[in-house]
Amino acid sequence: MKSVLMNSACAAGMYIAVSATMASHAQAADLTLCWAAWDPANALVELSKDFEAKSGNKMHFEFVPWPNFADRMLNELNSGGKLCDLLIGDSQWIGGAAENGQYVKLNDFFDKEGIKMDDFIPATVVGYAEWPKNTPSYWAMPAFGDVVGWTYRKDWFSRPELQAEFKKKFGRDLAVPKTWDELIDIAAFFQGRDIDGKKVYGAAIYTERGSEGITMGAMNALYSYGFEYQNPKKPYELDGFVNSPAAVSGLEEYKKLYDCCTPPGHSDAYMTQDVDAYKSGQVALQMNFTFTWPGINADANVGGDKSGYFPNPAGPNGAQFAQLGGQGISVVAASDKQKEALDYIKWFAQPEIQQKWWKLGGYSALRAVVEDPNFASSQPYAKPFLDSMAIVKDFWAEPAYASLLQASQKRFHDYVVANQGTAKDALDGLAKDWKAVFEDDGKY
Amino acid sequence: MLHSSIDRVASATPPAIAARVRGLSDRAIAWLFVAPSIVLLLAINIFPLIWTIRLSFTNFRVNRPNAPIEFVGLRNYLNILTDNDIWQSMQATAHFLIWTIVLQVLIGFSLAYLINKKFRGNDLWTTIIVLPMMLSPAVVGNFWTFLYQPQIGLFNYVVGFLTGNDPSSFSMIASTSLAPWAIVIVDTWMWTPFVMLICLAGLRSIPSSIYEAAECDRASKWRQFWTITIPMVLPFLMLAVLFRGIENFKMFDLVVQLTGGGPGSITELTSINLKRAAFEQWRTGYASAYAVILFVTVFGLASIYVKALNKVKQR
Repeated sequence: MKSVLMNSACAAGMYIAVSATMASHAQAADLTLCWAAWDPANALVELSKDFEAKSGNKMHFEFVPWPNFADRMLNELNSGGKLCDLLIGDSQWIGGAAENGQYVKLNDFFDKEGIKMDDFIPATVVGYAEWPKNTPSYWAMPAFGDVVGWTYRKDWFSRPELQAEFKKKFGRDLAVPKTWDELIDIAAFFQGRDIDGKKVYGAAIYTERGSEGITMGAMNALYSYGFEYQNPKKPYELDGFVNSPAAVSGLEEYKKLYDCCTPPGHSDAYMTQDVDAYKSGQVALQMNFTFTWPGINADANVGGDKSGYFPNPAGPNGAQFAQLGGQGISVVAASDKQKEALDYIKWFAQPEIQQKWWKLGGYSALRAVVEDPNFASSQPYAKPFLDSMAIVKDFWAEPAYASLLQASQKRFHDYVVANQGTAKDALDGLAKDWKAVFEDDGKY
Repeated sequence: MLHSSIDRVASATPPAIAARVRGLSDRAIAWLFVAPSIVLLLAINIFPLIWTIRLSFTNFRVNRPNAPIEFVGLRNYLNILTDNDIWQSMQATAHFLIWTIVLQVLIGFSLAYLINKKFRGNDLWTTIIVLPMMLSPAVVGNFWTFLYQPQIGLFNYVVGFLTGNDPSSFSMIASTSLAPWAIVIVDTWMWTPFVMLICLAGLRSIPSSIYEAAECDRASKWRQFWTITIPMVLPFLMLAVLFRGIENFKMFDLVVQLTGGGPGSITELTSINLKRAAFEQWRTGYASAYAVILFVTVFGLASIYVKALNKVKQR
């Protein structure tokens, strides 16, 4: 009798255990998160292990190299593909993805879960989450704050002989440049110089033609010189703003920097090429998105005390802006696992997870993280990152952003790299191209 | 045409096989075998072509599924044919096409002529020469960007060594005057072996008795070359030009990898231009019209060329 009872109890126990396992399997889902293939993505894989442990959901990752990222992911969205449940997409995609119903609108979810956009850096909310811009209509949650900034060879700058020579030539200390003119002076000073028996150059800047490189680079000079995308009082009025005399000066300044101070053959360079030029000890200055800074800081050749970081310098009238990078995380409308994907965003929004995200190398956009009194001193690049995030501007996020971007890529490359026409011609042409795109879009 | 082919196949089918399949005639069996190919051809070639032509008259954008699709008549075609950028890319394509064909034919034929002579290591040299065309264009493009690198590139080093200039004083892919030649050089390096192989086949198809007869008639080597070799290899050469012409008209990967269409838009060939319109700007209707124009151009030129080739073969 006892053995019968024992057997029955064991069978019941096994049944309950199997049922519980099956139930938990039934709830668990395989989620795929799509992003670019870069260092922060590896940090996210590490971070997401916590989500897997807590939710029981299994995370899969689809990371695409930057040059193919937009092509691959926009094809996926446009075709209604179900590859990605979550997508950390570029800020420019928001308009198109929102208007074409490719992202899930997150307002109700944010309200229900108590996620407040006021808790994030304002620029990242506008840049990565809102469409239309400056309206409380959210299609993503800021996931990775990024902006163009500069890295410099602190060890070269601090050499007494170079300090003395620079002071004699320019009448000021060889230090972090405050303006674009100062930056060009420094770059010119290092161009072709012999340092430790090696010929070095001034600055690695963005000149890439194929995707978005030269636009993301030239805009830094243009913004700080006075370029505006449109009349702030009359949307889509471009003449006199895109091609204003100040904007022309900004583009001329960028070309000046390209002509005087880049390494030979630096005519099609974007993030990777700039990092390579800097890490190999070729250049004194490097323009790049701030996501590269943790890698620079950890590098055996140029890391630690050898490098310093600073925000994009100001223009002649003191205006100081920098090109926004970074991305928000969205739920793909075609996904069958929207609930689980939203669970991931809910988990990711937690302050302790965001804190861990920053520690692993991801730039959190949560104010609780970046406004923490210890944040600025947590890494040598933390303060310059914050300073840079305070001066951001972003490219068009219109649904037709790709046509707008292709036009600026062509016009800027034609002038800056291929020496065709003048800066005025380039910006007049750009205004004309952009107007044609907006006309085609029915904006006039 | 199709019926006669099927009839031929049917008549060639052994009666014993047809008899074993109950209820099916030889003709039906032939259709059964041919049908999958025809369906596949219609599905992946003919239908997309017809669909592309249809889209070319609309404002359709594949990334705007909610926007209404409007019939715009010939507007896309007019926009393309009056666009200076497109004519510039046509010019860049023509430059690339003409120079690659000229160089590949000259060098390919010369190599074939030399390789055709009996000498020790003949087969080894043929294998070595043929190696570049076996590589992926993307790999070749990447490989040559390093060779063209002004500071560490072997190409610049060799040119610097020969001319006495500083190798880093010029950049093949950053200069507007040199970049078009940079892509011509790489394509020639990669595809000359293909032309050489075709020419070699032509040279080896010439019966030695013809040369022996010419020797008997005391024809000089120069005369033999112009009156025997060239005319008999000409159809092969023309075939090589046709293949290379069609291939290079749609050249994409090699150039994207090498220059990305730059500097500026100097090396932006039509295929790159078309890709930007279709898959970066998502102007699907416009890009369809562009594709139709390119298709008609290649098809028209190739048809004229094939007629000329047939005439040469009949001579």
